[in-house]
Amino acid sequence: MTEIYLPKDGLAAMVEQFMARCRVFGPVFQGQYHEFTQLTRAQGLDLNYQNTRLSPKALFEPHSERMFEYSVAKDDPQADILREAPKDYSPRVIFGIRPCDAYALKLVDVNFDTPQFRDPWWVKRRETTTLVGVACNQPCATCFCTSVGTGPFDGTALDVLLIDMGEGFIAESCSAKGEELLAGLSGVEPAPAESGEKIAALKTAAEGSMGIQFRMEELAGKSSTELFNAPFWDEVQFSCINCGTCTFLCPTCWCFDVQDEVSGEQGCRLRIWDSCMYPLFTFHGSGHNPRNQKLQRVRQRFMHKLKYYVDKYANGVACVGCGRCVQFCPVNIDIRRVAGMMTASCVCPV
Amino acid sequence: MQNPYLPYPVRIDSIITETEDGNLKTFKLVFLNAEDEERFRYVPGQFAELSVAGQGEVPIGIASSPTEKGFVTFTVNKVGRVTSYLHNMKPGAIMGLRGPLGNWYPWDQLEGKNVVIIGGGFAFTTLRSSIVYMLEPANRGRFGDLTVVYGARTPNMLLYKDELAAWEQRDDIRMHITVDATSDPNWKYNVGFVPAITQQKAPGSENAYAIVCGPPIMIKFTLPVLTELGFPPERIITSLEMRMKCGIGMCGRCNIGAEYVCKDGPVFTLKQLSGLPNEY
Repeated sequence: MTEIYLPKDGLAAMVEQFMARCRVFGPVFQGQYHEFTQLTRAQGLDLNYQNTRLSPKALFEPHSERMFEYSVAKDDPQADILREAPKDYSPRVIFGIRPCDAYALKLVDVNFDTPQFRDPWWVKRRETTTLVGVACNQPCATCFCTSVGTGPFDGTALDVLLIDMGEGFIAESCSAKGEELLAGLSGVEPAPAESGEKIAALKTAAEGSMGIQFRMEELAGKSSTELFNAPFWDEVQFSCINCGTCTFLCPTCWCFDVQDEVSGEQGCRLRIWDSCMYPLFTFHGSGHNPRNQKLQRVRQRFMHKLKYYVDKYANGVACVGCGRCVQFCPVNIDIRRVAGMMTASCVCPV
Repeated sequence: MQNPYLPYPVRIDSIITETEDGNLKTFKLVFLNAEDEERFRYVPGQFAELSVAGQGEVPIGIASSPTEKGFVTFTVNKVGRVTSYLHNMKPGAIMGLRGPLGNWYPWDQLEGKNVVIIGGGFAFTTLRSSIVYMLEPANRGRFGDLTVVYGARTPNMLLYKDELAAWEQRDDIRMHITVDATSDPNWKYNVGFVPAITQQKAPGSENAYAIVCGPPIMIKFTLPVLTELGFPPERIITSLEMRMKCGIGMCGRCNIGAEYVCKDGPVFTLKQLSGLPNEY
């Protein structure tokens, strides 16, 4: 593992070195909140945030993306034949991602990169991206990453982990990719000898601020059909307005729709984020809808994250504890409370 | 890396209107590139996404059998945007085909067993594929008795009428064709709903598997009949429909509990379904 020290006033210079080599994306304060975008200048990077409003998942699965293009011109011999839409897969660094958001990518990998099928866009973007994360010294009040198998200093899904030491950052490599990225840097100092203890203290404090809020281990042993039929869903769904905010903000929600769009003689097939909160998501052509009630849709979201995913992939829960859904739910539905209901539930005859 | 979302280009070779209401048409598709046909190796019970540029995709069961070479057929019910557009397309038009997708009927397990096929309405497509596959001389000996109960509302709502008539003449398949009602005085076959005909004809459950596909109401009333005949839930097989987009287990909408109908299905045994949430 490479460990280096970077004074804060050297941050922009470091980012510039990355920008000279590849595309660099990072949190930029735009309008009202921080958002991950491609940096045009190193000074645009702003690490002064807790969690970005939108997770950086869009850098891997864009909100809407051209999959294929085609011509529908009558006289075109290639008409109606789909071809891949060109995309930029040149190497890139995502700078300033939170450990939870990086961990989410690992959870979503099992959906897009499977033994049978590989989603080419997700897989290529994952391959050509180096993740430089920043540990959370001060998690939000809504954060609970420590309850779902990751943590504020978790580098397992990162290539490089930066730790804010006050005056500067310690950068630790967490993978061969990260090692390579740090090896090429100039103008850095070796990490001070006493930094290990200080990092441990910061980590303990950050983890301690969240504690363990529910025990996800309980979920694997529960019966899926019993949880499905549990009475508490009625209470959980009562206030939900099916707005879909939770699914759009969630770093592990990957569901998408596929649509064709034609303008003049040129068309494209798009994929667009979709949400299990919407009735159209499962609406059959026949008019039948297996999830036509709000309760069914709300239950689907929580069951998918906290039970179906657990059973299908044996990869923990599909939640990283970023707390965005808790923070921005307009009716204060709290996944921590739902998880508590699911882990504690006893389907006893009333 | 092969892109699993990219359809193979195909040409519509012919279109047959199957039913008197005009809502069911069979499309015979031919691959533009011979190597694509080689890649599209399917097994009866699988489905594919039919793609129309500018309209979208629809998941449809494969009606042809892999023993039929040089083309793939699909019988499509006119329902929504893509299927309505498809119904207006003409032979010679170019479209796309993506697949094969999903699992298939458990041919390994069916080997040496009697097979009872029960179908209703337009859900007879992958059953037709299965029958043609089993009747292929090289395959017929691998299976025991083959019994088919197939019903539609009226005689002219039955699919593949010429083939049904030909199968009626054979001695290696027992056909029980039925219609809900008919005013045709020359109708030679059964009149009655599929569950009732299944009960009357009482195919034996000994060493047998039942494959049931049809509208929900038919399935609902046929399952108790099969149970009464002694078919255990692990030997009752069905194929489910669900709204789909990707067809490869990624877009997230077709799940029943932890199972994606597109990738882990569409074929399930009644035993498997009884362990899943009742949400389909």
